[in-house]
Amino acid sequence: MASMRDIKRRRSSIQSTEQITKAMKLVSTVKLQKSRTKAENSKPYFNMMYQTVSSMLAKSGNMDHKYLKAGASDRKAVIAITSNRGLAGGYNNNIIRMIAGDERFPSGRTSIYAIGNKGKDGLARKGYEIAGDYPEVIEEPEYQDAQEITSVLLSEFEKGNIGEIYLAYTVFKNTVSQKPALIKLLPVEFETGETDGGPAVLMNYEPNETAVLDQLVPKYMSSMIYGALLEAVASENGARMTAMDSATSNAEEMIEELSLQYNRARQGSITQELTEIIAGANAIS
Amino acid sequence: MAEMMKITVITPEREFYSGEASMVEFTTTEGNIGIYKEHIPLTAIVAPGILTIHEAEGKREAALIAGFAEILPEQVTILAEVVEWPEEIDYGRAEESKNRAERRLKERSAEIDVARAEAALKRALVRLDTRK
Repeated sequence: MASMRDIKRRRSSIQSTEQITKAMKLVSTVKLQKSRTKAENSKPYFNMMYQTVSSMLAKSGNMDHKYLKAGASDRKAVIAITSNRGLAGGYNNNIIRMIAGDERFPSGRTSIYAIGNKGKDGLARKGYEIAGDYPEVIEEPEYQDAQEITSVLLSEFEKGNIGEIYLAYTVFKNTVSQKPALIKLLPVEFETGETDGGPAVLMNYEPNETAVLDQLVPKYMSSMIYGALLEAVASENGARMTAMDSATSNAEEMIEELSLQYNRARQGSITQELTEIIAGANAIS
Repeated sequence: MAEMMKITVITPEREFYSGEASMVEFTTTEGNIGIYKEHIPLTAIVAPGILTIHEAEGKREAALIAGFAEILPEQVTILAEVVEWPEEIDYGRAEESKNRAERRLKERSAEIDVARAEAALKRALVRLDTRK
C-alpha cells in the first residue's frame, strides 16, 4: 500500500490538473458561444453565395471557363484547417487522418496549405509538402485572410502548378458533435439536377457571364474559406469543451478514489499507532 | 410614389441592411445604375461607389466598395465584401490613403502598381464622398 504522503501528493497534483481543465472548459465555453454567433451571423452570406453560384452554373450549362475545369497538373492543393493548440480531443487528428487516409491525396502529389500549427506539424510528419502556412489566421479569422489565401491559391491554379483545390475543415453540428469534412473548391462543381427551389428566371449577366464568373469564383472561394474558418473555430472550442469536461470528471473520479485510499491509509496508521502504544503500555505494567 | 421592393445587403460578417425601398442606386463595373421594382433579372459586379437606398422616409447612403448584386423583379440582394455606413468610416484614414495613392500616381515610377494605386484612390474617394 502506498504511503499516506504519496497518496496525498498524488491527490493534490490531480486536484491542480482538475482546476486547469475546469478553467479551460469554462474558457472554451465562452469562446464557443462567441464563435458560434459569429458563424451564425455569417450564414446568410454563404447561403446566398452558394445559391447564386450554383443557380448560375445550373442555368448556364456547360460553360467553357478556366475555373470550371481541372488544371493541367495532377497536383492537388488541400487547405487544412486545424488549431494551433492541442487538448481538444480528436479535433486535429481527425483532419490529419482524413487527409492522409484519402487515396486522392498521395503525399508526393499534394500540397498542403495549413491554417493552424497542429495540422501543419501532423501532416509534415506524414511526408506532405507544406506549401503555405497561416497559423495566425485561426486565432481571429477575418474575411481578408480568406481573400489572401484565395488569391495565392488562384494564382497557383492559373499558373498550372495545381490542378484541383480542396478544403478540409471540421463542420460544427452541435456542441458535442463535430465532423471533419472535405469540399472541392476548384474546379467549381455542383451536383447536376440540384434545384434550390427558386423561380426559374432567366438571369442576365453584366457585362457578360465569363466576366461575372471571373469575379464571382474568387469571391465564392473566399467566402467558402471564411465560412469554413468560422465553423472550424466553433468546432475547435466545442471539441475542447467536451474534452475538458470529460477530463474534469475523470479527475474528480480519481480524486474521490484517492481520498478513499488516503482515509484508509490514515485509519490504518492510527490503528497501528494505537496498537503499538497499547502493546508498549502492556509491556511496562 | 413608386412601388416598394425588398432590399438586402449582406456582408460576410453580418446582415448590413434589410428593408423596403422604392429605388436603389449603386455603381457596377458597367457604370451607375438605379433600380426600381420589376427590373429584369440581372447579376452584376459591384465597383466602388455610393449605395443609395431610397426608403419611404428618405434616403440612406453607404460606401459600397466591393461585391456583387443579384437583381430580381421583387427584390435586390447585394452581397458586399466591403460596405460601410458613413458613421463607420474613419475619415482620417480615408484622407490619408487618398493622399498616399495620389502621390504614388504622381510619381509614376516603374515599380508601383498603377492599377492598385488607382483602385486605392477610388476607394478613398468613395468613402470621402459619403461625408456630409
